[in-house]
Amino acid sequence: MRSCREISALVSRGLDNPLDWRERLEIRLHTAMCPSCRNFQRQTQFMRKAARRFGADLETRFGKKS
Amino acid sequence: MTDNSLSETLLAEHRQVLFRYALLQMRDPELADDAVQETLLSAWQGSAGFAGKASLRTWLIGILKHKIADHWRRSAHDPVLTDSHRLDAAEDAEADEDAFFMSNGHWHSGPSAWNDPEAAFRQQEFWSVYETCQNNLPPKMAKVFMLRELVGLEADEVCREAGLTETNYWVVMHRARLRLRECLEIRWFNSQKQEK
Repeated sequence: MRSCREISALVSRGLDNPLDWRERLEIRLHTAMCPSCRNFQRQTQFMRKAARRFGADLETRFGKKS
Repeated sequence: MTDNSLSETLLAEHRQVLFRYALLQMRDPELADDAVQETLLSAWQGSAGFAGKASLRTWLIGILKHKIADHWRRSAHDPVLTDSHRLDAAEDAEADEDAFFMSNGHWHSGPSAWNDPEAAFRQQEFWSVYETCQNNLPPKMAKVFMLRELVGLEADEVCREAGLTETNYWVVMHRARLRLRECLEIRWFNSQKQEK
């Protein structure tokens, strides 16, 4: 069994790079039992969304400051 | 007339990414816009120089970097987000992840549940907390994270930009996410939690 440390790293990598079916299965099994890693997984997706929004708003953001 | 293979439309497709890239470095929309204009113009005029070896965007970013460097040279100003080679020893240390996990690989204090996080998008204060947390990342880590998530470069483009191997890239991105997540949790989603 992989630890939370390894599973969370795998979750992170999966955001940038397709994982193979074994890795995806390991994540599924682990997060089914582990609320912390489940939260981590959801929150990394949330942070990606937040960063994209922040990026899209860059112009107004910097515009206001100057 | 040259046999211009790069149409204006094709170049314009990359405008948004180039603009965000320039904005992150220059922190001024007008300057960034100028740099992007100049980049697209010289790309269009010099499209014969595009050998098709690198991707079009990589080539354009290369030109843009020159334009930005020219600007700093002219204004004798310090670039805000300086280029690479600033990998602090501390940033490279394993210790970064050790702060989040115990020796058996379990979370120290694991991510707690966030209730309806996207509701925060509508709150102005959330975005200033987000910005603070993002700025709290060590500089190189912040750069990598922003190139990927804010500017919207692909992972391999970020690696080339920041001089990272694929494996290093994953490690840096993962640490950035761990830190950003922790900061958002402490400062916004679960303020009872103590700062480490």
